[in-house]
Amino acid sequence: MKNLIKLLKTSPISARFGLIVITLSLIVALLAPLLAPYGESEIVAQVWLSSSHDHPLGTDQLGRDMVSRLIYGARNSIAIAFLTTMIAFGVGAILGLIAATTGGWLDNLLSRIVDIFMAFPTLILALMILSILGTSIPVLIVVVALLDSTRVFRLARALAMDIAIMEFVDAARLRGEKTFYIVRREILPNALPALIAEFGLRFCFIFLFISSLSFLGLGIQPPTADWGSMVRENSGAINFGIIAPLYPAGTIALITVSINLVVDWFLQRSAQIRA
Amino acid sequence: MMNKDRLLTISNLQIEGRQDEQWKPIVRGVDVHLNRGQVLGIIGESGAGKSTIGLAAMGYAREGCRISGGTINFLGQDLRKASERELENIRGFKIAYVAQSAAASFNPSHKLMTQFAEIPLEHKMMSMAEIRQKAVGLYTRLFLPDPEGIGFRYPHQVSGGQLQRAMVAMAMACDPEIIIFDEPTTALDVTTQIEVLSAIKEVISRSNCAAIYITHDLAVVAQLADRIMVLKNGQLVEEGQARTILAEPKEKYTADLLAVRRQVKEIRPAIKEEPLLKVENITAAYKTGLPVLHNVSFDVHRGRTVAVVGESGSGKTSVARVITGFLPQTEGMVYFDGLAMSPFLKRRDKDRLRKWQMIFQMPDVAVNPRHKVKEIIGRPISFYYGSGKKEIRKRVDELLDMIELDPSYVDRYPSELSGGEKQRVCIARALAANPELIICDEVTSALDQLVAEEILKLLQRLQDELKMSYLFITHDLATVKAIADDVVVMYQGRVVEQGARQEVFTPPHHEYTELLLSSVPEMDPDWLDHVLEQRKKKEKNV
Amino acid sequence: MDFLIPLILKRTGFAFLTLFTISILIFVGVEALPGDTAEAILGQGATKENVAALRKELKLDMPVHTRYISWLGDLCQGELGNSLSNGRPVSEMIGWRFKNTLLLASSAAVVSIPLAILLGLICALYQNSWLDKILSTSTLSAISLPEFFVAYLLIVVFVVQFELFPSVAVLKSGMAISEIINILVLPCLTLTLVVLAHMMRMTRATIIGVLSSPYIEMARLKGVRKHKVIFYHALPNALSPIINVVVMDLAWLVVGVVVVEVVFVYPGLGQLLVDSVSKRDIPVVQTSGLIFACTYIFLNLTADVLSIISNPKLRHPK
Repeated sequence: MKNLIKLLKTSPISARFGLIVITLSLIVALLAPLLAPYGESEIVAQVWLSSSHDHPLGTDQLGRDMVSRLIYGARNSIAIAFLTTMIAFGVGAILGLIAATTGGWLDNLLSRIVDIFMAFPTLILALMILSILGTSIPVLIVVVALLDSTRVFRLARALAMDIAIMEFVDAARLRGEKTFYIVRREILPNALPALIAEFGLRFCFIFLFISSLSFLGLGIQPPTADWGSMVRENSGAINFGIIAPLYPAGTIALITVSINLVVDWFLQRSAQIRA
Repeated sequence: MMNKDRLLTISNLQIEGRQDEQWKPIVRGVDVHLNRGQVLGIIGESGAGKSTIGLAAMGYAREGCRISGGTINFLGQDLRKASERELENIRGFKIAYVAQSAAASFNPSHKLMTQFAEIPLEHKMMSMAEIRQKAVGLYTRLFLPDPEGIGFRYPHQVSGGQLQRAMVAMAMACDPEIIIFDEPTTALDVTTQIEVLSAIKEVISRSNCAAIYITHDLAVVAQLADRIMVLKNGQLVEEGQARTILAEPKEKYTADLLAVRRQVKEIRPAIKEEPLLKVENITAAYKTGLPVLHNVSFDVHRGRTVAVVGESGSGKTSVARVITGFLPQTEGMVYFDGLAMSPFLKRRDKDRLRKWQMIFQMPDVAVNPRHKVKEIIGRPISFYYGSGKKEIRKRVDELLDMIELDPSYVDRYPSELSGGEKQRVCIARALAANPELIICDEVTSALDQLVAEEILKLLQRLQDELKMSYLFITHDLATVKAIADDVVVMYQGRVVEQGARQEVFTPPHHEYTELLLSSVPEMDPDWLDHVLEQRKKKEKNV
Repeated sequence: MDFLIPLILKRTGFAFLTLFTISILIFVGVEALPGDTAEAILGQGATKENVAALRKELKLDMPVHTRYISWLGDLCQGELGNSLSNGRPVSEMIGWRFKNTLLLASSAAVVSIPLAILLGLICALYQNSWLDKILSTSTLSAISLPEFFVAYLLIVVFVVQFELFPSVAVLKSGMAISEIINILVLPCLTLTLVVLAHMMRMTRATIIGVLSSPYIEMARLKGVRKHKVIFYHALPNALSPIINVVVMDLAWLVVGVVVVEVVFVYPGLGQLLVDSVSKRDIPVVQTSGLIFACTYIFLNLTADVLSIISNPKLRHPK
């Protein structure tokens, strides 16, 4: 605990800002039903009302309270993005670490497959796959997770290769240690800081990606509150000079900026420690 | 009143380096003076501050360092007060610098000749044609092959030793008053080093420019320097005429540095029993198809040390990789205790693996930075013997005692240990398995000389006590003299000579062994001249 | 230069392999439709004749591999089939749209590339100055922003508040250049802002890396003047990685264009792709998807090749 406080004291303003935003969003996401003044799909007033005492951010294109929609959207968007990132990371990182440690035909095969997939424009590929398979949430999660796991694979593999050429790994191999031990006790502890940072970055990317897909109509479908879809649904308001779509777009931006600020600070610190 | 010949006077130089937001002293009040045509050798171990002083002589401090006190007087001008412009005019033109790694110091995008001509052109000294002529002249005097054409190559197309000489040529382009040589031969093979040394000696004596030669190797500096300064921890230990210091050092530290290369192991008679390790007709190649070993055979007997000597490309490291199973051989077999060992590490039996262990060259990467000392040393014990926590702890304490480290070290991380201490931990890790053979791969090459000597003494003590065999891989003949019973000399993947140490080191021997032995610098200041004379005579006779 | 050719051929071969794999994926993806493809497209209320006719048109009665080959053959001959939503030939719909997309993408590129390199250079030279710190933090934020956020923000400022530019891009052939520029400003600005941030960060990092190389210190120790150190010693070595980043960002640009086109209702290929995806207009989806993929892969290939050529160690081997 003492270390954590010391850590926070030396952080720059940007990182503190990021941490505050992230903590707040997590709280909102977890306690959504308790915090939201109205229901997720409850129609309460006229369409696109401007901010008032009852509705601080006005209403959306169907007359639902914007604040409540944003709060539920936080829960849905963050949860879905988090789950996707966990899967992408789990698959990508484990395969990447194993490929780097075992080498040989397994490494070659996986690397070739990943190379080919990474040569595709992801958005286009996702659009096409989803147009065929439909856009239910499990499908969305699996498709995006698999596509993004390629990047995690590459990073984990590069990290592990840098570590695996160090002599302490040779010393372990020489002893007769099995691959599982080497990955778990020798490589992983050294790769952890970089992997954690990458998790944050991947989350940002996946979060943005799913939001973009929803914005294009192929992600999370209504009436589920999701920030990306909300931008799409409210986009018509711009023509009337109403800034409704900016609210969900703004919250998306806020979260991704915050995570990036924190990850950047984290990376700077680990670079300093290593120097 | 200043001596007419005085070029450089540095008084009470103080330099600090930044560590974790604080400034810590690196050089603490050192005086340096240099006259025209003189060669000053600056000697010290790592951290002595010698490189920093060399750079300060040009008024330069590295990123993260600052010159905080003293005066640096070059030909009447205080470099600390000079403007950036004035410094730029002096550097490369009046004071030139030769860096430790030529490969890293040449710009990869420009040809050698372009980089040679850069400063002469800047100062409008000569026309391009004259510059080219001068370059070819220097390349020839530095014994570079193809002096006419080599200037038109890119740095990566030229070998290390040649590149180092090209850098010396570049430094001499403007006929500077002083050349600062910063460990120019440290990274080179011993047989290449002697060529570069003789080239440097040749051009310096001819041109009468002054030089500062920085190195950790007393024998090397003995060949070139008129005066020597011995540094330790940023302070002067001793200073004087080169011959005087080498013959009669006043300080203990200097005497220790001199003694380091003079250790010799007692001769032990050869044994007639079955060897512990038998390497038979090994031929191996890397996955790319590049062959590394041809028909290599030798034996290691119980309780004895076999040194495998060679330079880069000799295949000595590949031999270790074949024996340990990292590089499966294409032909031949390795036998341990009479039993053939599978070429593949993965197929070898755990119990057999326990009997041989390995210690590596770079202690920094040989230990996992995230493991405490107790885990590093304790893991082999739990892995091979499955012992309980108490037993492991007891054994770890025993081992720490054997490697002469305090029991409090168990909870430390590698980042809290020095290079020598880390290497001791590696030795303990190897001992933890109770091996019969330890393969030592250049284990002292990355350590300071005095620390290295302690490690060698420790290894010898352990061998006497535990009757283990060592396979010692090294390029350093002084180490061989200090620790080996038997010697295997390797060149380009083949064994050129092997046998008991005395036999191999006494003539007559293989041509390469002769080359290798004669290229190792000795403390005698006339050694270089003698060797060169002898080689010239041989060439005439042939 | 001949030694480079095998390397370049290898990369090109890989690019083609990727295209080939994409084409199979695109084709096979349609097969993955549950139930009967034709029925799924037409919906449940379709008559038997319509379903049969669609089957014939999509050649669903032939075995898979024959169909794939014939599809590939048609593609290479420019025979792209007809749109399912309006029956017009796909080639007619795609040609001019692709031109529009290229116009938008290239205008963003033309603005962002020089700016990114210049700003990256300045930040690297004046590392840790207030300018560098401000730019670094703002670019860090900018790369996290979704394009639609930037787009709507710009619209709110420039269209709603100041009424300077249109929010809907209505491009027609025969428009005056000034009108075209007027329409392009906002979409172009959106794209530029996001791409610029990323490119600038990479340029800065590359130049800082090069500036900390030993040969740069050696140049200073030789007394080379500061500006010469940067332009003569550092930049030639930074060229290869910077080119790589620039071309890779161009590839990204071609994809990022999709969201921008949707926001501004810009008549480009991205807009068409998104529309056809929601209408399940398979031939259009397949073709436009393939075109995007081709451009992306081709640009990445160019990045690889240029990077190889500008690397002196590869240009002049031992």
